[in-house]
Amino acid sequence: MTDFITPSTQLKSRKSAEQRFRWYGRGAIFVSLAFLVVMVGSILYKGSGAFTTTDVAIVVDLGPDAVDPANPQDARFEKIVKDALKARFPEATKRADRRKLYGLVSNDAGFELERFVLANPDAIGTQARVWFRASDDFDILLKGTVDRDVDESERRLSDQEIGWIDRLVADGDVKRGFNWSFFTNGDSREPELAGILSALVGSALTLLVCFCFSFPVGILAAIYLEEFAPKNRFSDIIEVNINNLAAVPSIVFGLLGLSMLLNTFGMPRSSPLVGGLVLSLMTLPTIIIAARASLRAVPPSIREAALGMGASPVQATFHHVAPLALPGILTGTIVGMAQALGETAPLLMIGMVAFIVDVPQSILEPATALPVQIFLWADAPERAFLEKTSAAIIVLLLSLITMNLLAIVLRRRFEKRF
Amino acid sequence: MSKTAIISAKDVNVFYGEKQALDKINLDIPENKVTSLIGPSGCGKSTFLRSINRMNDLVDICRVEGSITIKGQDIYAPEVDVVALRAKVGMVFQKPNPFPKSIYENVAYGPKIHGLAKSKTDMDEIVEWSLIKAGLWKEVKDRLDQPGTGLSGGQQQRLCIARTIAVKPQVVLMDEPCSALDPIATAIIEELIDELRSNFTIVIVTHSMQQAARVSQRTAFFHLGELVESGSTKTIFTSPEDERTQNYIMGRIG
Ligand SMILES: Nc1ncnc2c1ncn2[C@@H]1O[C@H](COP(=O)(O)OP(=O)(O)O)[C@@H](O)[C@H]1O
Ligand SMILES: [Mg+2]
Repeated sequence: MTDFITPSTQLKSRKSAEQRFRWYGRGAIFVSLAFLVVMVGSILYKGSGAFTTTDVAIVVDLGPDAVDPANPQDARFEKIVKDALKARFPEATKRADRRKLYGLVSNDAGFELERFVLANPDAIGTQARVWFRASDDFDILLKGTVDRDVDESERRLSDQEIGWIDRLVADGDVKRGFNWSFFTNGDSREPELAGILSALVGSALTLLVCFCFSFPVGILAAIYLEEFAPKNRFSDIIEVNINNLAAVPSIVFGLLGLSMLLNTFGMPRSSPLVGGLVLSLMTLPTIIIAARASLRAVPPSIREAALGMGASPVQATFHHVAPLALPGILTGTIVGMAQALGETAPLLMIGMVAFIVDVPQSILEPATALPVQIFLWADAPERAFLEKTSAAIIVLLLSLITMNLLAIVLRRRFEKRF
Repeated sequence: MSKTAIISAKDVNVFYGEKQALDKINLDIPENKVTSLIGPSGCGKSTFLRSINRMNDLVDICRVEGSITIKGQDIYAPEVDVVALRAKVGMVFQKPNPFPKSIYENVAYGPKIHGLAKSKTDMDEIVEWSLIKAGLWKEVKDRLDQPGTGLSGGQQQRLCIARTIAVKPQVVLMDEPCSALDPIATAIIEELIDELRSNFTIVIVTHSMQQAARVSQRTAFFHLGELVESGSTKTIFTSPEDERTQNYIMGRIG
């Protein structure tokens, strides 16, 4: 019996080359996945703490001396809280110790009590046990973020303060809860009160402006260039310049926004309007390029069919070509929007880096954006802002994932066979 | 010019940039007959066909000289609206190209943009009439809402014919309508062309001489951008005058 198919040495080396390539490919995928896992993992690990809070229960005296039942809102709530803390830990008598004691709860404690009293009028006149947000140092201590075994001189919390919180824990006066206020508050100097809402709304308003400007302009430009413009040297120059525009560093657009929109046109500084317009300059080329590519991918036979029926070029474009290109156009737009969402530098240039506590109500009010908020928190000295930074990154990543999912859903939805 | 000619081409030259694709074409196309354009590949059949409904306008570098008249009207006159022209001169392409929409919408599209239907019932009637004329009604009447792209190749091509005749054109141009189809689908379309002749003037480009012989009454033979010979199909196929025609028909060039 003779070998019908004899494996030659050349065949063997070809086969091993084939195998080797596959392993290189798998290796490349593994390396990039590993990076992703490490990055996401570390962010999740660091940020997860920000989604829980520490609250401490203090018994406050809401007797007639402290709160007037007729005018509860006039009570000096901050003093009531301080008195309650003094009563809880009477050993703190020195001024410095007292100040530390008051720092057990957040600066907002007075307002928290006011809200409690106004919501529970029955409590007036009684000794009420009220939950207060613990301040950030105690919060991260209990989360184990800071090590209590280092020397006292190198800790922010003294042994005395740690003793207080341990007693509260032992008495069952400390609880952990989901940090809803992270999603309902604006920024704050106090990490335990700082929330993402103002930045989230700022980003949403900025993206809205960006979308409303760049989507129609981008699509009209793409359709005109692709379907109507004569192909000559002039249209070549335009094409090259649009591609160049896509490569311009974003900070340059920020400078342009600063000098044109703010200084020349006098638009409101730090506003989502200006931020959105500046980001539009970045997203426009992305949208135009993606839209042109998907228009070009529509088979010419569809255009011929429509024109051969006596459709005008505009009808052929809007009835037949553009709908077929829509999935690609939407994907490109969302990719552009996602880039805009993550963009920081140009927003810094136009002043969207301000400290914004209130949620912006319109596109003309000062606002900040998610990536800028991350930048601000990352720069903050308080240790507790570390986890806020990671938490804000998680929110930003989730927003990006949502946008990409939206892109996939839209593409599935509108995709048609030719 | 014969009395019954509906389309009349006089000294038509077509250029693509510097390159001349058609050279002094003179051809009369009679009404309510099937005229086939035959000739070897690249000889300008499609170019001539596309100059009859001015699809050549879409090619930037294309330039047409001479005159083409339809019912005595010069279609290249400045006042002519190409949109109106193409409503009167429909076209069926080589590769079936239904819109990626429902069967109904495919047929209704032309009447809709030209405002031919006053009501939904009007439109339903036009769609039904066109599909019946295109011999497709029986096969699709229960699934008009399904995509036209889901039909077989032959059905798609008949859908394209239905879509074209829904606008009630006077002339239907067909550029190798069967070249992408199997023999059975081809036979169905050939039969259809024969029936459509009573309502429309048909000009068909074909590379199959058998097809030209089967479906057409008139034949024009093109060679290297020239119109070599035209006449009744029978004459062209049985006693061609020009040697080139003879050679082509005998299968010696092509
Ligand atoms: N869009 C175009 N641009 C440039 N040249 C073209 C174009 N269309 C056709 N031609 C040229 O015109 C000549 C005739 O083409 P065509 O009419 O398509 O021939 P046929 O349909 O008989 O095969 C060919 O030489 C072809 O290369
Ligand atoms: Mg051809």
